Amino acid sequence: MKFLEHKAKEIFARYGIPIPRGTLASRPDDIVDPPLPCMVKAQVLVGGRGKAGGIRPAETLDEARRVASEILGMDIHGYRVKHVYLEERLDIAKELYLGLTIDRSAREPLLMATAMGGVEVEQVPRERLFMEHIPAIIGIQPYVLRTLRTKLELAKETGDQVASIARKAYELFRREDAELVEINPLVVTPDGRVIAGDAKLVIDDNAEYRHPDYANLDQDRTPLEEEAHDKGIVFIQLDGDIGVIANGAGLTMATLDVLNLKGGKGGTFLDLGGTDDPEKVKQAFEILIKANPTVILVNIFGGITKADTVATGLKQALEEMKTNIPVVARIKGVNEAQAKEILQSIGMYDAETIEEAAELAVKLRAGGA
Amino acid sequence: MAVLLTKKARVVVQGITGHQGQFNTRTMRDFGTKVVAGVTPGKGGTKVEGVPVFDRVKEAVLRRKANAAISFVPAAYAKDAAVEAIEAGLKLLVIITERIPFHDSLELMPYARSKGVTVIGPNCPGLATPGQAKMGIMPNHIFKEGDAGVISRSGTLTYEIVNHMTQGGFGQSTCIGIGGDPINGTSMVEALAMFQRDRKTKRIVLVGEIGGTAEEEAADFIQRKVTKPVVAYVAGRTAPPGKRMGHAGAIIQAGKGTAESKIKAFADAGVSVAQFPVEVASLLAAT
Repeated sequence: MKFLEHKAKEIFARYGIPIPRGTLASRPDDIVDPPLPCMVKAQVLVGGRGKAGGIRPAETLDEARRVASEILGMDIHGYRVKHVYLEERLDIAKELYLGLTIDRSAREPLLMATAMGGVEVEQVPRERLFMEHIPAIIGIQPYVLRTLRTKLELAKETGDQVASIARKAYELFRREDAELVEINPLVVTPDGRVIAGDAKLVIDDNAEYRHPDYANLDQDRTPLEEEAHDKGIVFIQLDGDIGVIANGAGLTMATLDVLNLKGGKGGTFLDLGGTDDPEKVKQAFEILIKANPTVILVNIFGGITKADTVATGLKQALEEMKTNIPVVARIKGVNEAQAKEILQSIGMYDAETIEEAAELAVKLRAGGA
Repeated sequence: MAVLLTKKARVVVQGITGHQGQFNTRTMRDFGTKVVAGVTPGKGGTKVEGVPVFDRVKEAVLRRKANAAISFVPAAYAKDAAVEAIEAGLKLLVIITERIPFHDSLELMPYARSKGVTVIGPNCPGLATPGQAKMGIMPNHIFKEGDAGVISRSGTLTYEIVNHMTQGGFGQSTCIGIGGDPINGTSMVEALAMFQRDRKTKRIVLVGEIGGTAEEEAADFIQRKVTKPVVAYVAGRTAPPGKRMGHAGAIIQAGKGTAESKIKAFADAGVSVAQFPVEVASLLAAT
């Protein structure tokens, strides 16, 4: 789950991390008493909004409304701006960076910080970057914070505040099941306050059940992806035209890759998973058909999934949705013969291997287009 | 020989009374595995497929001498089940369960290590040593005894490749499904080290995918420490950045974890990389 800046800041504040005063608006008329002078900030789940013109200053209420009206509805890297966040403009003496992520290889949380805030952390030279692993079963120890202060060459007062923010950010990271907590910039004001200028927060989808409050937040999904997500179907829309469905993430990716090598382009990533429920199979195919593919390419290597269950679900979905999209299927597994019979009854093309299925799909597409 | 799993394993199935637990208890026994006990809290005293069910792992250890556990326990209780197995003294744990919260794995994996326990998974198809035993959910018929060690982050894609290998005359010493999560109990490098040591294993197949740097680390390790021929396949050449491709770990983030980077690392380390899954078997023939 990704969080918009204003929502992430709301959670930061809950953990005692200082944030600027701000107010959210979805229409210029909603803006009544912004903290002037302010920054009007587009709320989108994508980086680079500043460069795209999604963050602009305003001095007066009228200007704030005018700027907001210009930013609202903007398209930033494919994301439409539905909300703006009007935030107190901070005087900046110094910009720091503080982040927490999961280091997959080390199997530990990783705390990162640098005095070179405001730029992308990937661009910070390694020797200017403070990085320290934190064992999750132990928690953040004082030495980590001591090292952090030394490495960033912080004055006593600033150092105290940054250390306290790092401790709170770690607490948030653990308690909220975060994959990423990032404060960039972490602003030091001329009067010595340390405040989170921006806020990035990503929470592990697997932990959604522990955080029911966040269940209804807008995510960066297409409407069809949203529908699939609600039905518990793993589905991603891609920019090709061939509808790909397979079982298992690796096999689905491999099927898309093979299709590409054979000159086709997948329009969907649909992982049927290990289901043996005909209703779920039908729902998956309904999503696939709604994606409007030129050809459907099915690749099943059954373990738990039975081949005839998949075939039945596909047949039902095609009939109910009254569509005659050509189907190429390569189905291996339990009850393979019954599956082939069902699929032949709807005029499906039968393939023995992924490679053959992909070639056939590309040919059908070319023939139909 | 083989790695991790031999016929000596006496397996306890955690979550044996569920649909997956029951079904796979049957297929594991058909494979030749000694499934000696099951555990489902509250179901102690019953039987599944003739296997006695206990309330606690400790009972399975005391009464049935279980020495390895496979878990089908739902994600929300998976950490609980794993810690119980570790505290009961088991040294090999296969966690099939998917969607375990990352922060549970962040606690569990280092803890297991500190206790000298090997964890395979989570979110994995498990382990299979053809001719000896299986602790997993892979279809039995695809395997054949042989000398190729298989390491994979994927499930069905592994079945696909193992099936081609078997048909192409390359049996397997052991197949290790390390799993599709960002944090796994056993890494690709650790699995490689096991196969390098194993006398029965003469060649190694790696099935990787986008996300993280496991393949790059494996390539580095191969260059330095592996003398046996390695063939690899990497899924996700066409995956868009920033999207989680089904597996929690399969995501290209900030330009890192692309298939190109992994394929290049393998090629630089002298590993033959298959373009198509079907090519793995023919590349093995060429090694």
